[in-house]
Amino acid sequence: MKVLVAVKRVIDYNVKIRVKADNTGVETANVKMSMNPFDEIAVEEALRMKEKGIATEVIAFSAGPAQCQETIRTALAMGADRGILVQTDVELQPLAVAKLMKAVVDKEQPGLVIVGKQAIDDDSNQTGQMLAALLGWSQGTFANKLHVADGSAEVKREVDGGLENIKIKLPAVITTDLRLNEPRYASLPNIMKAKKKPIDVLAPDALGVDVAPRIKTLKVEEPPKRKAGIKVKTVAELVDKLRNEAGVI
Amino acid sequence: MAILVVAAHDGKTVRANVANAVAAASHMGSDVHVLVAGSNAGDAAKSAAAIQGVAKVLQAEDAAYANWLAEDIAPLVVKLAPNYSHVVMAADSVGKNIAPRVAALLDVAQVSEAIQVVSPDTFVRPIYAGNAMATVQSSDKIKVVTIRPTNFKAVAGSGSAAIEQIGGAGASGLSSFVGAELSKSERPELTSAKIVVSGGRGLASGENFKMLETLADKLGAGLGASRAAVDAGYVPNDYQVGQTGKVVAPDLYIAIGISGAIQHLAGMKDSKTIVAINKDEEAPIFQVADYGIVGDLFQIVPELTAAVDKK
Repeated sequence: MKVLVAVKRVIDYNVKIRVKADNTGVETANVKMSMNPFDEIAVEEALRMKEKGIATEVIAFSAGPAQCQETIRTALAMGADRGILVQTDVELQPLAVAKLMKAVVDKEQPGLVIVGKQAIDDDSNQTGQMLAALLGWSQGTFANKLHVADGSAEVKREVDGGLENIKIKLPAVITTDLRLNEPRYASLPNIMKAKKKPIDVLAPDALGVDVAPRIKTLKVEEPPKRKAGIKVKTVAELVDKLRNEAGVI
Repeated sequence: MAILVVAAHDGKTVRANVANAVAAASHMGSDVHVLVAGSNAGDAAKSAAAIQGVAKVLQAEDAAYANWLAEDIAPLVVKLAPNYSHVVMAADSVGKNIAPRVAALLDVAQVSEAIQVVSPDTFVRPIYAGNAMATVQSSDKIKVVTIRPTNFKAVAGSGSAAIEQIGGAGASGLSSFVGAELSKSERPELTSAKIVVSGGRGLASGENFKMLETLADKLGAGLGASRAAVDAGYVPNDYQVGQTGKVVAPDLYIAIGISGAIQHLAGMKDSKTIVAINKDEEAPIFQVADYGIVGDLFQIVPELTAAVDKK
């Protein structure tokens, strides 16, 4: 079975982001970009399935500007077999990405799609669920553990009250939560090898998908800043402040 | 046109955050309906009817809805959606699972975790773990929106909306519920607790969380944790406060042995009063704390527990 994983290029999680002075968005020029951490977990899970002989091929998908090739290369260096980039400079929103992925799924016929549960830039948490809807497939979101066997998958999900176990029919879309696995680092030889792995580059038009944004960003602003408070020396002083100044205990 | 709030429930009552969703929905339009789908959901439907601001409750009975599987609930919502201008859910693990599936089936975009309704088509939502706030406008005919419950105060009072029975849409057969491993706790639920005591990597072990439990119980507080503490296996995943865990905004948040990574701050910086206890005086948590104590938590926490005891 082929496994398709989606990898998004986002501002690196260690970077402190800056809102643009004209409030049109967040500064991305000269900022370190990396693979969305949840997508690393998706790639790792697919690779483990391949190592166990469940997956035959791992395909890394990305969509966006030409630089997304670097993100796909990272997935290839981790061990994915080949890449597919839908290249466009249009701002891609989750519904558009889900439609692009559906077109690729229709062509590649994977048995499983694994994506990160959310991207750390727009924090939408939508694409996997949307893709499952468009395909009419089952969905195992916020996966903490995944077991695939005999045409179905058992998924342990992280939910509000703890964990939940569901059994879903394959093909399916899985979205990864933090505890699913710990992604590997790419070794130098594998980084070299990844340079020779193929990446198909397609245009949204070729897939017949309209990627025009449905949601318009009117402005992006800094959040209200919290003032740093005071340091107290003793517990007695703290309790006094909480009781008599803040009135919260 | 009316607004449809899709309510999660435990079979007896709808979740507390449904009242927050109704409050958010009332900023989008005046006629708010609540969908309560389930198997034997009569009591839950009654609890929804009693929420202030609800005009009508739709109760959909079907064995397929017993466990809130997205594959079964989404088609029901999609069937009802054309009668509504908005479909609203709380941004909890149920809403996050179902709402995008509904949106895609309707071929509309979704607005995730709105914290403010500017106008019926314009919303403010946090991006980059709350380090930026985006004002976004949806051009779709039906707007599917998840809302962050802590940002919408439930409207006081009670209502007595009519309950209308509607048919179910049946099971998809795609997915089935096997079981749940839920954390059992007598403590207040994290997202609605007035006080939250939270522990981080500084606790150094799951065993040491007992110390926080004692403090939490003295204060009548909910118990939370940083991602580091959950990843290290000290406490279960549902304790996690942060960008990808729970978002809390209690009157008092006590961060103990938590350094204050950006993704943690995203989940608690709207708390009214923040206390930080950390041995590292440079820890970023002190930049958002109203009151900080630099020192050894293993000394300070027992002292604090004793001090809140004697009023």
